[in-house]
Amino acid sequence: MLEKPMIDITLVNKLYGSFQVLTDCTTKVAKGEVVVVCGPSGSGKSTLIKCVNALEPFQSGRIIVDGVNLSDPKIDLNRLRARVGMVFQHFELFPHLKITENLCLAQEKVLGRSREEAMVKAMGLLERVGLKDHAHKRPGQLSGGQQQRVAIARALAMDPVAMLFDEPTSALDPEMINEVLDVMIELAKEGMTMMVVTHEMGFARKVAHRVIFMDKGEIVEDAPKEDFFGKPHSDRAQTFLSKILTH
Amino acid sequence: MFGNLDFDVIRRSAGYLFFDGMSFTLTLTALTTVIGGAIGTVLAMIRLAPIPVLPKVVTAYVNLTRSLPLVLLIFWFYFLVPYVGQWLTGADRPVHVGAFSSSLITFTMVEAAYFCEIMRAGIQSIAASQTNAARAVGLSYLQAMRYVVLPQAFRNMVPLLLTQTIVMFQDTSLVYVVSITDFLGAASKVAQRDGRLVEMYLFAAVVYFCFSFAASMLVRHLQRRNEFVH
Repeated sequence: MLEKPMIDITLVNKLYGSFQVLTDCTTKVAKGEVVVVCGPSGSGKSTLIKCVNALEPFQSGRIIVDGVNLSDPKIDLNRLRARVGMVFQHFELFPHLKITENLCLAQEKVLGRSREEAMVKAMGLLERVGLKDHAHKRPGQLSGGQQQRVAIARALAMDPVAMLFDEPTSALDPEMINEVLDVMIELAKEGMTMMVVTHEMGFARKVAHRVIFMDKGEIVEDAPKEDFFGKPHSDRAQTFLSKILTH
Repeated sequence: MFGNLDFDVIRRSAGYLFFDGMSFTLTLTALTTVIGGAIGTVLAMIRLAPIPVLPKVVTAYVNLTRSLPLVLLIFWFYFLVPYVGQWLTGADRPVHVGAFSSSLITFTMVEAAYFCEIMRAGIQSIAASQTNAARAVGLSYLQAMRYVVLPQAFRNMVPLLLTQTIVMFQDTSLVYVVSITDFLGAASKVAQRDGRLVEMYLFAAVVYFCFSFAASMLVRHLQRRNEFVH
């Protein structure tokens, strides 16, 4: 890996009170790389990616995103968050705003774009995720799959250098999962740097470069996709895979 | 027994009752609601902010204000504020504060305490994940509050805020203790002057009822509309 990694996580520890959520987590994500993070619930996957855009503080260790050290007191965390897109399990669109306003708000308030500029960007992205016709509706009028696609578009509107996905399809009805995954696959193929917490192993097989397996707050396995699905080293990853792949 | 009632007194005094009395009542209610609402929202944000000391000060203020009878507060303010003003400005005599200013300050501060609690509940009704989502696109804490949390909190709380305003509308009649003439005071004056106590107090009751009932119908309508939104 000659280039500097886009996301560089070194020995990160995080505690909630006395409960250790993350233990010595270390990994790197190169520019354009797609990394899938999986593991049983409560293993710290979501917490780890929330640490990457500083939504969750951590007690020790170091995270560097695109050359910016998150622990550096001088950096503007708002600026950093604007450059790292995040997609949540429950979409978290702003229900009181129209779809276009959801996409324009941060563009205008954070990036200082004009309304016209922001709208052009927003409409372009809505077209890309196939929701141009819904531009003037409110989030509550859309299906879960549509809302999640809007959420992806909202993150992309900030021209992020990397995208984080926190179980983006877990809250969706089965028939809506694919429309969201298709958008994510397209994004991956275009070379977006992505960290994806998901149990969609089909997605992992298709576009991931690496798979990280976490358990009890530790990164147990961090391997290229082929190795991970071919023969995971750890027993825990093998047990996990056998459980979720048998259906 | 109703034979010798003279309801014409209402017609004769209507101008005074409404243009002097009711306009004062509505002005005080409106100013109190707007200023108290703004201060209350700020207090609520302070109470919930992850900062030291200040939230505790606000909590103490809210608890104290809500534990004392309104009449007592009006009195205290009316008699104390001139001396506090003197102490603050270092003047050699108590600062003159008119009855209107004094009662406006009192009602605003009390209303701020009640609105603070309503807005606090409103802000807490918006899931933390919404704040997270707002922060994730790069908005600052205050921007997230301003553009994402408060509009939703406010919308959810409009029925409660209006209900509180109705209570305040009725409570403004307490200004009689500092000799201000509001609607009830005006009705009372006419009643005493013309010896028409039953007529005037009946009429005052009907007017308060109409205003308050109309407002609570509006509250119910808004509540139902909110239910449909969710």
